[in-house]
Amino acid sequence: MMHKKTTERLWIAFFVSPALVIVSTIILLPLFMSLYNSLFSWTQLIRHEFVGLDNFKRIFATEPYKTRFFNAMGNNLTWLLFTMLVQNTLGLMVGYFLSRRIRGSEFYKRVIFIPVLFSIVAVGFLWGLYLKPNVLLNGFLKLLGAGQLTRAWLGDESLATFSIIAVNIWRWVGFPSLVFLAAIDNVPSEYMEAAWLDGARDSTVFFRIIVPLIVPSILIITVLTIVGSLNVFEQIYTMASLDGSPNYSTDTIGTLFYRTGFGSVDSGNPEIGVGSAIGVIIYFLTLVASLISIMSLGRKEVEL
Amino acid sequence: MISDLKFSTASPGKRVLILFIQLFFICYTAIIFYPLFNMAMSSFKTTREILRFPFALPKAIDFSNYKTVLIDRGFARYFFNSVWITTVSMGFVLLLGSMGAYGVSRYVYKLRTFIYLIFLSGIMLPLKAAVIPLFILMKKLDFINKPVSVILIFVAMSLPSTIFILSGFMKTIPKDLEYAARIDGCSDWMIYRHVVMPVVAPAIALVTIYNSVPIWNDFFFPLVFLQNPAYKTLPLGLTTFFGQYSTDWSLLFTALTIAILPMLILYAFMAKYFIKGMTAGAVK
Repeated sequence: MMHKKTTERLWIAFFVSPALVIVSTIILLPLFMSLYNSLFSWTQLIRHEFVGLDNFKRIFATEPYKTRFFNAMGNNLTWLLFTMLVQNTLGLMVGYFLSRRIRGSEFYKRVIFIPVLFSIVAVGFLWGLYLKPNVLLNGFLKLLGAGQLTRAWLGDESLATFSIIAVNIWRWVGFPSLVFLAAIDNVPSEYMEAAWLDGARDSTVFFRIIVPLIVPSILIITVLTIVGSLNVFEQIYTMASLDGSPNYSTDTIGTLFYRTGFGSVDSGNPEIGVGSAIGVIIYFLTLVASLISIMSLGRKEVEL
Repeated sequence: MISDLKFSTASPGKRVLILFIQLFFICYTAIIFYPLFNMAMSSFKTTREILRFPFALPKAIDFSNYKTVLIDRGFARYFFNSVWITTVSMGFVLLLGSMGAYGVSRYVYKLRTFIYLIFLSGIMLPLKAAVIPLFILMKKLDFINKPVSVILIFVAMSLPSTIFILSGFMKTIPKDLEYAARIDGCSDWMIYRHVVMPVVAPAIALVTIYNSVPIWNDFFFPLVFLQNPAYKTLPLGLTTFFGQYSTDWSLLFTALTIAILPMLILYAFMAKYFIKGMTAGAVK
């Protein structure tokens, strides 16, 4: 009979290795490959000589990459700010309203979560049709007698990004809402009871008791929003185009990354070197966001 | 609960608040349902009717559009592809994920934390950013345009969260249960299969929903790896369809309804599980 320790090791290897191999090759290895590939010059899928940080220099300092990159990053920042401000504030409000258990709240809770299940692609195409001139939204505005408010929602450079963000909020706001609801439901009711007995108003209870106690959830939603904003791709693909039309006004780091790696920004060919460098930047930003959140989350939990 | 707002017992000020919240939610419900209702109704209208009278109800309910889209335009194929690719991926996720979780939660050994950290890092790393090396890898393996490419990626994408959630549950199972089984002569596999797995069944349901919805909806990886029409999934097929028939709105709305309705019906019956499953990563 084999030694007990050896048998156990074999069993551990048996249980762990399939998942470990898949996760390492598909998720971890590409991180290092991206870092490595970004330091070389490429023709199509063939790697040439080592060029150091040239690909990064091109992104930050050479046209047309520079303009495209900062334009896209600017749009990602708009996504982040607007999603935080509008979607997550609305989500907090909805979560709070639901926590008050008014008549029908179980039904509303379920309704609000419906679009969260739909694919971004289907939602994007659906609203892409509705936002066309003379269709649902503009038709509705005219019906209300607000004809002067009709716009080319996706055709106007200054509006297109905001229209697409609004559609995304329609799809996703149910998610932060129900995360916040769960967090509010977890606040010990003694705290609120005590405040009410002291004659505190609803708004005081909300801002002084509920909000400070659900900070961990607020942080989780913030990180998910940062990661989500960096990952915007399907929304642009379906409602604008891979080029971020009109005139790159809706371009994001995701669409730019895809065009660089598979189509092109400059020459019409895939540019693996510059593409990998953009990939590395995406990795870096995501990592920074996650680390900041983990650190602040740890600290907040100690305080509680 | 003391925080519950009940109209009958509320003070006048509270009643205004209740009415405001009710009104808010009624409007909100309309904003969610009306676009879906309009979509379903538009699938029964002609393109001309949709453009001229966007709010009008169809003159008749006629399912011929559905037959056109599903059969003549090959949408049934996309649907079937999504079903089997999601099912196969989830099968591997549940098997390998529960095994991995068992391996990092039920044994004590030196490398345990290290292996667990590798799995955890998979939750944080954005998989889309990995697409260029993945493309090169899949090309080398000759997996491009074959379902195995996206299945591998979907499995990798889902394993970290599955292992994270399941190992959390498995850690709470008392060791005594395991010792008892071992005295009865059970091997490690039998303990995993007949002692631990039955106990974590509710968590299995949770991770199934948590992962299958994103897999079912994923567009990015099929876009890169599955351009072969025979293997296109529903979101990718929808994109092809919108490219080909961009002026036939009647068919476009039919295709959208086909893509959205099944999820809605499933949700109607299992809303509680969907909500719990989808928010599992963010709610403790």
